Amino acid sequence: MNAAQDTILRLEGLKMHFPVTSGIFFQRVQGWIKAVDGVSLTIRRGETLGLVGESGCGKTTLGRCVLRLYKPTEGRVEYDGQDITDLGNRDLRPFRRRMQVIFQDPYASLNPRMTAGRIIGEPLAIHKTVADREEQRRRVLELAEIVSFHPSMLDRFPHEFSSGQRQRIGIARALALNPEFIVADEPVSALDVSIQAQIINLLMELQQQMGLTYLFIAHDLSVVRHISNRVAVMYLGHVVELADSDVIYSDPAHPYTQALLSAVPVPDPAVEATREPIILPGETPSPLNPPSGCVFHPRCPMAEDRCSRETPEFREVRPNHWAACLLTPGYDQAPPVKP
Amino acid sequence: MPPLLEVQNLHTYFYTDGGVVKAVNDVSYQVGEGQAVGIVGESGSGKSVSALSILGLVPYPGRIVEGRILFEGANLLALSDRDMQRIRGNRIGMIFQEPMTSLNPVLTIERQLTESLETHLEMSRGAARRRAVELLEMVGIPDPHQRIKEHPHRLSGGMRQRVMIAMALSCNPNLIIADEPTTAVDVTIQAQLLELMKSLTRELNVALIIISHNMGIVARYVDRVFIMYAGKIVESGPVAETFRSPQHPYTLGLLRSIPRLDLPRRDVLESIPGQPPDLAYLPKGCAFRERCTYAVDRCAEEVPPLVGVTRNQQSACWQAPISVTKESAGK
Repeated sequence: MNAAQDTILRLEGLKMHFPVTSGIFFQRVQGWIKAVDGVSLTIRRGETLGLVGESGCGKTTLGRCVLRLYKPTEGRVEYDGQDITDLGNRDLRPFRRRMQVIFQDPYASLNPRMTAGRIIGEPLAIHKTVADREEQRRRVLELAEIVSFHPSMLDRFPHEFSSGQRQRIGIARALALNPEFIVADEPVSALDVSIQAQIINLLMELQQQMGLTYLFIAHDLSVVRHISNRVAVMYLGHVVELADSDVIYSDPAHPYTQALLSAVPVPDPAVEATREPIILPGETPSPLNPPSGCVFHPRCPMAEDRCSRETPEFREVRPNHWAACLLTPGYDQAPPVKP
Repeated sequence: MPPLLEVQNLHTYFYTDGGVVKAVNDVSYQVGEGQAVGIVGESGSGKSVSALSILGLVPYPGRIVEGRILFEGANLLALSDRDMQRIRGNRIGMIFQEPMTSLNPVLTIERQLTESLETHLEMSRGAARRRAVELLEMVGIPDPHQRIKEHPHRLSGGMRQRVMIAMALSCNPNLIIADEPTTAVDVTIQAQLLELMKSLTRELNVALIIISHNMGIVARYVDRVFIMYAGKIVESGPVAETFRSPQHPYTLGLLRSIPRLDLPRRDVLESIPGQPPDLAYLPKGCAFRERCTYAVDRCAEEVPPLVGVTRNQQSACWQAPISVTKESAGK
């Protein structure tokens, strides 16, 4: 299999800037929120790419650009070798069947006036993939079974379910059209840990059975590591590091990733006694007016003078390990190519 | 010497249309002076309601139906509202999850801080103002002289939570209750806040109750842990021993269902099957029974009491002590 076939999604220099306006009738643009500011990466068929970052880093916006729910300001989105950056709604339709989404809060993303069965069956009706109601009913039952949702509950409404069950409905709906690629945006963040593990296991099982590709967006680093083959770390609109999941956790190259990992408390007092968190000073700056040079430099414990002047490129600092930091060993030797 | 705080047989019920919800169902624990304890549990376990009960802030239709809460020797449940106000925010500081809902949006930071200093410590306006600036400095707010003039909405989530910490400490309390203090902030900010709380409470010898669903936070920041499930404490003990050899199947299940950063990845997480019971219709016997792999017939009949099972650990399980073979709980 060559690289082109292997790649299901490619982003090139993706930027998504939102205007900040003032005035009611004559809106003037006061500035731009640079939610995503030049991201290039690829997702391989069948893998789970984890995307982590703190609130406001642009991870959700990136997910929405991938799904073409937003039209990017600049750059390219390529799905299965085809450029979908500028496609209109009609032309996007065949792609919509192949790409689906699972949201964080299943309560907000499920129509409260529809029964679970209708919610799961709605994509079938919209895309007319079933011949009649009978076939739709059969398919809905099949989907309910796949996500271990009891058929007797299909006639109930979202408010009658626990959050774990609601997330199962959301997953069944996403699977209805047999997609190949799913963007899961914080799918387990709203769940208690004992339920969270059930849903994570379900997502991983489904991937194996159906050969799905996931873009798994979350802020919980332990969850992302568990589910992902590769992990991308975002900070203030940039992907600052990308590597195999085990590598990024055992040997992070970017100072932000290092701090982020050290900040996560491990549920083991014996291990905790030996760990010292790297405490980053201050808070994430506004994406309206990001810092010059490396966007992380004002908080970086290692920053040098040049970090405020020179913008680091996203480079392959070690084989299959990408980072955007001038100080990372291997940065100067690495060729400035795109992943 | 009696402990600083002693909760005895606390029962807090909510009288709803759907039945009586037994949110806190016979809970007893102690907190010593300067001690940091953690109360862990999932949503609906009763961890927050047990804290609100201590503060006399149980919302309608909830009511404390039984129990005693002894703080510095006095039973808080026997106090009048007026006397309770002298304790709350004064002897006991509070930090809640969402600072935006606990700070008054129309008052400046200065006024929120000076108000309690003036009422509880009877400081003059000027002295209170100086103390307020000092407090903000102590919790690491840059330019305290400027920031003190601002309203809460002008501050970030992390800064607001720092203000909450300053308020909680303002009257030199002996105890601080922090209910999910960092759930609404990012992990790097969480680390900032928790390190700050830890160093300040140590320095000032203030006891701390951290209520959290996050086992990692508890492992890092407390000495003693209480695990709650369906309104009861199911396990308690020193944090190191509890995590090394949990004595309740629920604790064991929780630890096993969390993916961990510091261990090799596992193919499948061991999840706890099923869901927590409806607190208005608790099953007979042990509330965890239906999800428990250790359950025996007796579990369906009798509620297991919380009793000592090892030298330092208590568990409410008929099958305890549980021997977790060699492998530590998380693996």
